[in-house]
Amino acid sequence: MTNALEIEGLTKTYGDGFKALKGIDLHVAEGDFFALLGPNGAGKSTTLGIVCSLVNKTAGKVRVFGYDTDTHLSDAKLNLGVVPQEFNFNQFEKVFDIVTTQAGYYGIPLKQASASAEKYLKKLGLWEKRDTPARMLSGGMKRRLMIARALVHEPKLLILDEPTAGVDIELRRSMWTFLEEMNRQGTTIILTTHYLEEAEALCRNIAIIDHGKILKNTSKKALLQQLSLETFVLDTEKTLDAAPELNGFPTRLDGEGALEVEVQKGQGLNQVFVELERLGIKVVSMRTKANRLEELFIRMVEENAAESTQTVEGAA
Amino acid sequence: MTPQALFTAFSTIVVREIRRFTRIWAQTLLPPAVTMTLYFIIFGNLIGSRIGEMGGFEYMSFIVPGLIMMSVITSSYANVVSSFFSMKFQRSIEELLVSPVPNWVILAGYVTGGMARGLGIGLIVTLLSLAFTRLSIHNLPMMVLTVFLTSALFALGGFINAMLATKFDDISIVPTFVLTPLTYLGGVFYSIDLLPGFWQGVSMANPILYMVNGFRYGILGVSDVNPFVSLGMILVFISVLAFIALRMLERGKGIRH
Repeated sequence: MTNALEIEGLTKTYGDGFKALKGIDLHVAEGDFFALLGPNGAGKSTTLGIVCSLVNKTAGKVRVFGYDTDTHLSDAKLNLGVVPQEFNFNQFEKVFDIVTTQAGYYGIPLKQASASAEKYLKKLGLWEKRDTPARMLSGGMKRRLMIARALVHEPKLLILDEPTAGVDIELRRSMWTFLEEMNRQGTTIILTTHYLEEAEALCRNIAIIDHGKILKNTSKKALLQQLSLETFVLDTEKTLDAAPELNGFPTRLDGEGALEVEVQKGQGLNQVFVELERLGIKVVSMRTKANRLEELFIRMVEENAAESTQTVEGAA
Repeated sequence: MTPQALFTAFSTIVVREIRRFTRIWAQTLLPPAVTMTLYFIIFGNLIGSRIGEMGGFEYMSFIVPGLIMMSVITSSYANVVSSFFSMKFQRSIEELLVSPVPNWVILAGYVTGGMARGLGIGLIVTLLSLAFTRLSIHNLPMMVLTVFLTSALFALGGFINAMLATKFDDISIVPTFVLTPLTYLGGVFYSIDLLPGFWQGVSMANPILYMVNGFRYGILGVSDVNPFVSLGMILVFISVLAFIALRMLERGKGIRH
């Protein structure tokens, strides 16, 4: 099967000498729903910017559905739809004009462009707003407008950079449903997000990037299997003065007096409750401290930061 | 992209540009019409009647070609510089950068959009001038060719200015401190025969003098310079500026990191 995206040895050094990418390799299979995760400044947007021709690379290869962006840029771009992180449309243009104009840039005649614009504006709930200047739309509507604009030429690969940033929960869920439908219909999707819950809910494969390097590139399933420890937060009937000692389970109290219990993979939760029962502590509710992916992500990034510090100290 | 797709992309840019300047017509189309009408009334009618003839024609007839050309130059330049810079500022230029439109089509689209406004204003000013004087055309091809090429040249200039600009101040410096003085000193209101020898020589270094005179030759049949030299110079300038603009686009000057 063709890869939707192949990145090899990609580096980017900005004019001020900052190395945003230090030779990354990334392969995204056709039909995948892929997440590129990393903290702020990790290199996510630079990577996607290079793929979309918004950033000049320093070295390396990028291929979109086999088309090398150095030699077949036009073909690569025809297969690509982009939803950037920040609003980047003319605020004074009408919604319909923004979408049909984008189709025109891809060489789609107006009649066909209008039909495609209608299809996606309807799907994204913006058809009623078609004659409204973009500046009059709400934040969520502007995000959806950028998705409609990115899809108007029916790309095979859709790249979304933080698509649900600043969007309320209800709208975020409806956007997830829409993206899942697009993916089911065959569109390969790559997204970056700060909401790890989003990546866990949507994506099949995940890469974690930090300080311009890929730390992990694997399936979500394989990644979650690496999670050896999970933290549970328990609200107790009576406020505890100190964290109780539970055999085999490290505990602490959080800032609000709730009990945090660390459970190793394979330990099971029953023993936690046996221990609590032994100490006469009644639990009224329970939740996980962070979602599983978030816990793993934070640990990887922390480990990478510690390694980087050691390297720097070693070099010094 | 197929030739048909390229044409669609080109016409999309042109239509968007025309839609922009017609949407804000009170800022783009009306001011030059008002300004030029004032020029016709004050310089042509009131002062011109006391000046008498210039270059063998009554003063009003003499200044009309120059004023038309002045409005074409400033409007062609202003359209591209403000449109392209606002796209950079709003980052909507990224819509074009992610699309497969080749750089030469982007450049051609913007230049044509600038020409549409410049020539549209030229037409409006020409029609207004008919209320003050009669226009006869001496050499139609020369007139049309000169005004089209001049419009293209200044649209290209506006494009390069917009590529280099990093703030709004940068897009008003060239029109205010370069274009306006060169236009006023480019023989719009006088024949350089009136100047002392030294200043005639200095005036010959002003490229706008050639464009105004080439256009004046097309309408009145008189010119301070050889009209074919004018055309040749415009073509050379167009080639140089188009080359520079394309190189800047390829490198992503000011638009790609």
